[in-house]
Amino acid sequence: MKKFLSKITLPALAFTMALFVSGILVAISDSKVLALKSSPLSMLAEAFSTAGSAYWALFRGSIFDPELAKANFIEGFYPLSETIVAASPLILTGLSVALAFKAGLFNIGAQGQFIAGAIGASFVGFHFELPIVIHSIAAIAAALVCAGLYGGFVGFLKARTGAHEVIVTIMLNYVAGYFLLWILSTSPFLRPGRQDPLAPEVRMSSRLPHLFGSELRANLGFFIALLAAVGIWWLLNRSTWGFKFRAVGANAAASKTAGISVGRSTTTVMFIAGALAGLGGAVQILGSEPALTAGVGGTFGFDAITVALLGRGTPLGTVFAALLFGALRAGGLTMQASTETPLDLILVIQALVVLFIAAPALIKAIFRLKNVDEGEALASKGWNG
Amino acid sequence: MSLELRGITKRFGALTANDSIDLKVESGEIHAILGENGAGKSTLMNIVYGLLSPDEGTISVDGKVIDIESPLDALAAGIGMVHQHFMLIPVFTVAENIVLGHEKVKGPGFLDLETARQEIKRVSAEFNFDVDPDALVEDLPVGIQQRVEIIRALIYDAKVLILDEPTAVLTPQETDELLRNMKKLRDQGTAIVFITHKLREVKIAADKITIIRRGAVVGTASPSASQEELASLMVGRPVSLDVKKAAPKLGQVMLKVENLNIHDHTGRTLVKNISFELRAGEVLAVAGVQGNGQSELAEAIVGLQEHIDGRITLDGEEIKVGRVRDALHAGIAFVPESREEDGLISSFSIEENLILDLHDLPPFAKGPVISQNAVAENASKRVVEFDIRAQSPKDAASSLSGGNKQKVVLARELSRPVKLVVASQPTRGLDVGSIEFVHERMIAERDSGRGVLLFSTELDEVIALADRIAVMYRGEFIAVVPADTSREELGLLMAGVKR
Repeated sequence: MKKFLSKITLPALAFTMALFVSGILVAISDSKVLALKSSPLSMLAEAFSTAGSAYWALFRGSIFDPELAKANFIEGFYPLSETIVAASPLILTGLSVALAFKAGLFNIGAQGQFIAGAIGASFVGFHFELPIVIHSIAAIAAALVCAGLYGGFVGFLKARTGAHEVIVTIMLNYVAGYFLLWILSTSPFLRPGRQDPLAPEVRMSSRLPHLFGSELRANLGFFIALLAAVGIWWLLNRSTWGFKFRAVGANAAASKTAGISVGRSTTTVMFIAGALAGLGGAVQILGSEPALTAGVGGTFGFDAITVALLGRGTPLGTVFAALLFGALRAGGLTMQASTETPLDLILVIQALVVLFIAAPALIKAIFRLKNVDEGEALASKGWNG
Repeated sequence: MSLELRGITKRFGALTANDSIDLKVESGEIHAILGENGAGKSTLMNIVYGLLSPDEGTISVDGKVIDIESPLDALAAGIGMVHQHFMLIPVFTVAENIVLGHEKVKGPGFLDLETARQEIKRVSAEFNFDVDPDALVEDLPVGIQQRVEIIRALIYDAKVLILDEPTAVLTPQETDELLRNMKKLRDQGTAIVFITHKLREVKIAADKITIIRRGAVVGTASPSASQEELASLMVGRPVSLDVKKAAPKLGQVMLKVENLNIHDHTGRTLVKNISFELRAGEVLAVAGVQGNGQSELAEAIVGLQEHIDGRITLDGEEIKVGRVRDALHAGIAFVPESREEDGLISSFSIEENLILDLHDLPPFAKGPVISQNAVAENASKRVVEFDIRAQSPKDAASSLSGGNKQKVVLARELSRPVKLVVASQPTRGLDVGSIEFVHERMIAERDSGRGVLLFSTELDEVIALADRIAVMYRGEFIAVVPADTSREELGLLMAGVKR
């Protein structure tokens, strides 16, 4: 328990600090607050109320909205459902990055792998007519294979030629993005009668069932993501494969000396990491965005890096971090709509979280902490290959 | 000038690295600080040199308490230090290295190296150092690089010179040369602090000996004390420095190396045309100064070197490049030179480190699942068998002392069916007790009919263990000689001199 507390202290404080600093930013960028420059006390009060109402809106948009609950209590949880919808793909892409971290690889390519998975799931989803359940499984399998190969290719290149995975994955993100644009302009992905890049919606038989009735968008994808997290935990901590991955990640030279094949581990890990990110793409398509568009990837692959970082590279941590980011995404929209705070504040909060996490010395100095588990310096690891 | 330390205490978390240490060094004396690795010698000297700050205690020079917060303060107070790992930039010349941090300019932006050159020549002549100010440091042998460090300290007017394990990288002849120079410096009034764990050198050079154990001064001794006495003080119990071994019972040839050449990835030759045979029940020790191709040769035998020509066979089976796992399972136990980098995964637990090689085979693996029970059971057995001192086998390997780390590596490597033991610098950095353990274990392996290929830069170790000695110089076996060859001759061979 003590160990657990010491592990979460740093991320928790980093998040708190990020909220605090962002709150100041919200307050001082508000014209009403600035107008009260002459009386510091009322300025402070106004600042509190401005920041407070922004964060209240954030809460209403991400967890529970009392206004909506008045008509139908369950609907009060509509924001929470949105949080879950936003978090599900993020859990999976986050796991992709976290797993690679553990194996000593910096997977910047979750974005591209996510797109590869989304393309695969979308194609099987709209092109074939299959019975319910089987259709979903087939679409998911297609996503796993497409994205797995897309990621595994990176690992293979690294194992064979020493090509650095950071460079290769960044480049492959562009490849995936432009391939998506191209494929959306060709048959069968081009929706009949349309000119814009918009694929047909996947058939109902392939979609993931909703969890809490049709009013709330939360769907089975969330459970798939949780299941994947448990699976990755098991893989890393209980299986022989995971042992190899962790060994290579912690010390490739010693692993090699003990007879472990570093190249094989690299290729396998990148395959699994790719498949995870691709599963994220499938969950997005089959769960909440049935039509493949050029913007399907959003920033799921890039936020994944932050999520894995905040989650300290562990599956459980990644789940919580992804939920937090999902909440910020969902709540940010409400915040922008109901207060004058721009959506960009969410980006600021995310950036500050990364800043504080990446500089543990800063947090330790601010809170005068000792003996806090800094974890591995994930932010800087991986670059030196 | 005199340097006096009083009550120096330094803690790292729960560990007390220095516990209220008192020490007085006078000019014109060589004061040896003797202690095992991890006893706190280097910590103490890093405090004196301003690299660490003490939690308690004072440092005074000539009776005046001074504050040393950085190496610059130390230099200003007349304290110079030559580190175990040289602080030189290989691609700079000697003169450039020496002015580094104290660059003088003539005119705006023009470096004045001439003054430094003259100074270097003066000091070099005074001590017969024979150092060319314009030579590139990377082209110089290690012994000369060390002289550059010493010259740097002298030019900045060091009255107290701290030498941290200065003989670790030197040939026996270079070591003797260094000890002579130390005496010369002493006679001219420099106070020398000589940090070491090598008893022979202490007896030759030191005027006073202070012994440190577990961070505290446990006593002083005079250089006339015997090596056994000094070792016992260092370790805290009686130790025997001799390795008891009977005559070898030689068996069949098991390891055969034919015309082996090893290159690095740029094509530079690291090992040149080496052929030898090793019999079962024999210890072949490969002596040589560090960096003459021993590490590469050792690695090649388990398939860890990529660019090799020639053939390596174990009982007739060829060892193939890159097939490390096959080599290990064919019966080679490999103790790598750097246990921190190649031997262990420091963030892994001790029990995980014990199964690095066998984790995916029964009994540790049941299908794809690692059996936690089997892993724990194995660990508790090995911990007893190899006397690994740890609080729990579930602790990270990084929490172990050097000796216990090495025992973990040995325990792992010797728990497979083994025909041949390849051990590279197996006692480097270990305390006397662990050295005893490793030596006994090597001889035990030999006596049970295994071949032992030992790579060592420590002549004492080579002489103590070997049945046959090969001396490696610039990638070649310059000679293979019987075990009773004299120290002097081995020393000359290590320096490349063939009679």
